[in-house]
Amino acid sequence: MSGAWVWRVSRWLLLLAFAAFFLLPLVALLDFSTAVPRTGGRTGAAWQSLLEDPQMTAAIKTSLLLALFTVIGMVVLLVPTMIWVKLRVPRATRLVEFLCLLPLTIPALVIVVGIKNVYAWVTYLVGDSAMTLTFIYVVLVLPYAYRSIDAALSSIDARTLSEAARSLGAGWFTVITRVITPNIWPGVLGGAFISVALVLGEYTVSSLLNYETLPVVIVLLSKSDAPQSMAASLASILFAAALLVVLSFLDRRRRTPGGK
Amino acid sequence: MTSTAPLAPAAPDSKPGRGRRLSVGPSWGLLPFLVFIGIFLLIPTVTVVVGAFQNEAGGFSLEKVQALGGDTPLRALRQSIVLSFTSALVGAVLGALLAYLVVTAPPSSILRRAVTSICGVLAQFGGVTLAFAWIATLGFSGLLTDLMANAFGTDPNGSSWLYELPGLILVYSYFQIPLMVIVFLPALEGLRPQWREAAVNLGATTSQYWLQVAFPLLRPAFLGSALLLFANAFAAYATAAALVSQGAPITPLLIRSALTSEVVLGQANFGFALALEMIVVVAIVMGLYAWLLRRTSRWLG
Repeated sequence: MSGAWVWRVSRWLLLLAFAAFFLLPLVALLDFSTAVPRTGGRTGAAWQSLLEDPQMTAAIKTSLLLALFTVIGMVVLLVPTMIWVKLRVPRATRLVEFLCLLPLTIPALVIVVGIKNVYAWVTYLVGDSAMTLTFIYVVLVLPYAYRSIDAALSSIDARTLSEAARSLGAGWFTVITRVITPNIWPGVLGGAFISVALVLGEYTVSSLLNYETLPVVIVLLSKSDAPQSMAASLASILFAAALLVVLSFLDRRRRTPGGK
Repeated sequence: MTSTAPLAPAAPDSKPGRGRRLSVGPSWGLLPFLVFIGIFLLIPTVTVVVGAFQNEAGGFSLEKVQALGGDTPLRALRQSIVLSFTSALVGAVLGALLAYLVVTAPPSSILRRAVTSICGVLAQFGGVTLAFAWIATLGFSGLLTDLMANAFGTDPNGSSWLYELPGLILVYSYFQIPLMVIVFLPALEGLRPQWREAAVNLGATTSQYWLQVAFPLLRPAFLGSALLLFANAFAAYATAAALVSQGAPITPLLIRSALTSEVVLGQANFGFALALEMIVVVAIVMGLYAWLLRRTSRWLG
């Protein structure tokens, strides 16, 4: 049985090595953001300034608002479309899937390069503000939201539900908003969580279009106040981690009752 | 998207005479979605493709695309490919190893839950924060820098290679390994214990099982995941942009200089050509990925 013993030991050694590799930079962030230069003491000043520095709080507010608007836009655009395709236009399934997964093949950087003309119109119509990023962000989160909602939608019998509702006199609007959507809620919520995480970390589009979202300000501040941008980095990683952990529990709750 | 309009009558559940709005045709319901995608995804892409073949006056020209063959763009492309290939290779091998270490634990174990959650964050959240995490580790007065300077007397000012290609490979691996875990885990889970039992019953040793059964089964999934990692690294921008503030060693950063520099006239159109180059590379890699994925799903679906 020495083979099994060797395997068990080497498995834990390897796992420890991976843990060290992944945790070391995060510990370094914590260390850097709390260190007092040259004295070896500790200070919470960098963390405190996250809530006090006006540039930083403005950026956090912008990013959170963007995340909110992106989620609203994603839900309003994608959920009714996907339900509609499922119920009424099943032959468009492949087309919608293709379009939703397309942003995986077309990098965000390419979209930014080509968006100038469209953006001139957007800023002309709705004004020049960081919130206009919402439109591009909705496109960027589509693949992830699509997968999440699609998984939920295929696990319920949408057609029977809609026929039952229709035969009781419900209109299509009622079917979509009050019959199907509540049944795929975990999938929608999952898509929303991933969207929030993606938007909070998004740098490519916002930096090249010159809007001060959280990641952009983190980079800007790194030149003048490195500890503060390290603190903000760690804080946003931890926030995204918390979001995804909650998501993983939602995911488990969804799987257990069905027993797929 | 007029092609969707004739599809309506063929929908199996459309019952003529029921529903007041049926006469409009259910395909119209897709219109908002298609218009949105058209404006914010397809128009920018078409702009890039068309712009790459235009000169300053707007006429057709191969000038910009030919300029891709110049010294700077070619060097950036080569470095980009080296970076993507190396980080994909490191990510694929180590990620597959980590995925195997995790998959041998029961699905509900804390280890598995923790690893998949952390991997999800690092693979998808990524961007500038990971660059700063490594600057805090290996940069000026970083954690590891100080430790090593005290212990071995290395340069206390930090590792300058962090801001060059080797550093990019290291930092990219930091999100490539987690991505590999996420995309390769389902394939490993699909490896049925019955196949191992069958092999053992037929007299196979452990190494024979791995070399002749498991590896051939996993090979398409492994290669497919590695391609996905390659495309992911090739298209990545944020991490490199945060790490390398000046100069443009790789294609995405060259696009940044083409977009932001106002020194050379016509740089914007050169940005189109570079972006087109990026679309072509990523599309080829993703096409191969889709092809391999279809082969994988035959066995490990």
